[in-house]
Amino acid sequence: MSLLDVRNLKKYYGAHKAVDDISFSIEQGTIFGLLGPNGAGKTTLLRMITGIFYPDEGQINFDGRPFQAEEDILRIGYMPEERGLYKKMKIGEQAMYLAQLKGLSKSDALDKVKNWFEKFEMQSWWNKKVEDLSKGMGQKLQFVTTVLHEPKLIILDEPFSGLDPVNANLIKEEIYQLAKRGCTIIFSTHRMEQVEEICDQIILVNKGKKILDGTVQGVKQTYKKHQFTLLSEKGIQLPASSHFSLVEEEGAAAGSAYTIQLTDNSSTNTVLEELIRNQVPIYGFSEILPSLNDIFIRLVEGTHATTRAFQQTAS
Amino acid sequence: MNKTFIIIQREFLSRVKKKTFLLSTILLPILLFGLYGLIIYFSMKGEDNLRVAIVDSKGQLEGKIQSDATIEFSFLKQSNIETLEQDLKDKKYSGYIIMPDSLGKKDSLQYHSRTNVGLMTQGKIESRINKALEKNSLQQMLAPGITLSQVESNKTSINLKIEKSDGKAGNAGFATALGFICGFLIYIVLFIYGSMVMRGVMEEKTNRIAEVMVSSVKPYQLMIGKIVGIGAVGLVQFLIWGVLMLSLQLLLPILFPQLLEQAGTVQGAVEVANAGGGKASMVTTILNNMQSVNMTLIIVLFILYFLGGYLLYSSLFAAVGSAVNEDPQDAQQLMLPITMPIIFAFVIMMQTINNPDSGLALFGSLFPLTSPIVMMARIPYGVPAWQLLLSIGLLIGGFLGTTWLAAKIYRTGILMYGKKVTWKELWKWAMT
Repeated sequence: MSLLDVRNLKKYYGAHKAVDDISFSIEQGTIFGLLGPNGAGKTTLLRMITGIFYPDEGQINFDGRPFQAEEDILRIGYMPEERGLYKKMKIGEQAMYLAQLKGLSKSDALDKVKNWFEKFEMQSWWNKKVEDLSKGMGQKLQFVTTVLHEPKLIILDEPFSGLDPVNANLIKEEIYQLAKRGCTIIFSTHRMEQVEEICDQIILVNKGKKILDGTVQGVKQTYKKHQFTLLSEKGIQLPASSHFSLVEEEGAAAGSAYTIQLTDNSSTNTVLEELIRNQVPIYGFSEILPSLNDIFIRLVEGTHATTRAFQQTAS
Repeated sequence: MNKTFIIIQREFLSRVKKKTFLLSTILLPILLFGLYGLIIYFSMKGEDNLRVAIVDSKGQLEGKIQSDATIEFSFLKQSNIETLEQDLKDKKYSGYIIMPDSLGKKDSLQYHSRTNVGLMTQGKIESRINKALEKNSLQQMLAPGITLSQVESNKTSINLKIEKSDGKAGNAGFATALGFICGFLIYIVLFIYGSMVMRGVMEEKTNRIAEVMVSSVKPYQLMIGKIVGIGAVGLVQFLIWGVLMLSLQLLLPILFPQLLEQAGTVQGAVEVANAGGGKASMVTTILNNMQSVNMTLIIVLFILYFLGGYLLYSSLFAAVGSAVNEDPQDAQQLMLPITMPIIFAFVIMMQTINNPDSGLALFGSLFPLTSPIVMMARIPYGVPAWQLLLSIGLLIGGFLGTTWLAAKIYRTGILMYGKKVTWKELWKWAMT
């Protein structure tokens, strides 16, 4: 059953189409990647899903019913990209405050805050002020306040920014755990390697439109170029063939890695057969799948979008 | 629990728990009163057991001047400077005055002393000598057989009270002062609490907590929660100030029992010229006036107009705060259209005090942007009920209007980063 179903969502700011007819649906318990360059409309999309903005057109179904901002935001945890906390407030009080605003009773909130603080080894922070925390510690607290009320849908916008690898792993583990327990997670980021690692399903938006939708593996299959790596000995002359062509040879101490491009409709078996017939020693043969990064740059490039930042963070 | 209430609670508690709140609310009045008390204490100190010798060869003052615990006059028929100086050295007297044989009305006397004399003491000695001399000259004018005390018994103490044709009584001087104080207080308070709201909103925006918050509550709830929370802080502060002032005021005469008498003599000295020593002290004058203007009504209306004015302006301040980015200079620019009417209101109030029934005063006291300040200045003079009701009605309408407008600006502004905003854009946000 899909937890969130977005149909033909539109949001215009004057002539600017921030979100232009986007539809997708997210199954319960999946980790969903929302990707796109800066200014693609991700934040506007997320703000509509969290009830901060009303869509101009289109429909959002949450948990099988039309989205009711007033009640449903209690079952959503949103960690926006532009996030922060009250600097002068004590950490414990802050967590309690945000939990209560999500509809938890005082005693309930206290239990949950204590639990999470224990899990993240934050108990000793209770009486510290937010301004005394390092950026990474602040991010941890921010994550805790997002998931504290056990929301059905958790939306994380660049959750790992400002975190050191140890804490990033801690949060990542927690995201997996939450998904295992049935939470649905929307994960919005620029960092493609994280998406490949974490997400089950992705969509790519650019200039307010959805340009890609599917599972990570599915997308890679769709955009693969039929290139393969052949591991063999150095300096071998590959036979000329109508089935494949050599793209490049990369030498290493033990041998060489040859990148070959299969022509359309050629199968790997035909190619291997041909190679064996020509006495080419084969140490390895594997398909080159494009990285999401490559796919996105290919799709987004030339569309006047701000691809610069995109490439920078990806490389 | 209602979310708005949770927000109000946080806004209120986070401010009340601050040390600066304690400092400004409790310590400041105590400090001021302490200072006030110290000044009084030091001005009265040193006059204890002041022994003044008056060399009065002609007996002009003997028996006619009043001695008491603080100043004791003794009279010497004959003495010379050397013995007097010796007496000062021996601390037999604190100071001496040599009365010349004849004293004109504007002449001055010399008080010789080895120590400094406070201003209050100087006034006290002055007024007592003057009174005694007056009695002397009065007695000379009286027909034989009539004593001064008989004259005294005929003295009247009539106050002039202004009675307007609508039957309301008023005392112009007191009404002016009270009106000014009330209007001025609201003026100050609008600025203080209005900018407190603005800073609160700016804090939420620059700390980037705004978006976290609006994913849990509606922007409107967040804004109203802040406004009401800070307003409650203001009310509590007033309450504490009121109680402190009152209790310290009551405490003052107990700590300084001489003060009342002091006030009486100062007042007496002023009134000598008119009535030959008025008996009504300043304190009783104020008390009389307070009874004539219905203080309860003024206090109730003060709170009402404070709340109305605060709600009206603070939502505008909140809207400005939401539109501002990190740069406080932007805030200054955007604040101008809000601070102008407040300053105008103050200017109209000053005119109103001089002429409470003018057309400008009437307009100012009805127009919601100026009425909280202007009406407060009019109230002590008496305002027809229909004008009061109309003014309050317009004020309520006014703050509903500004809150509605501000909420729309706030909703957009609080999530808008990095762009410098103009009033034109704010207007566009409000209209969409």
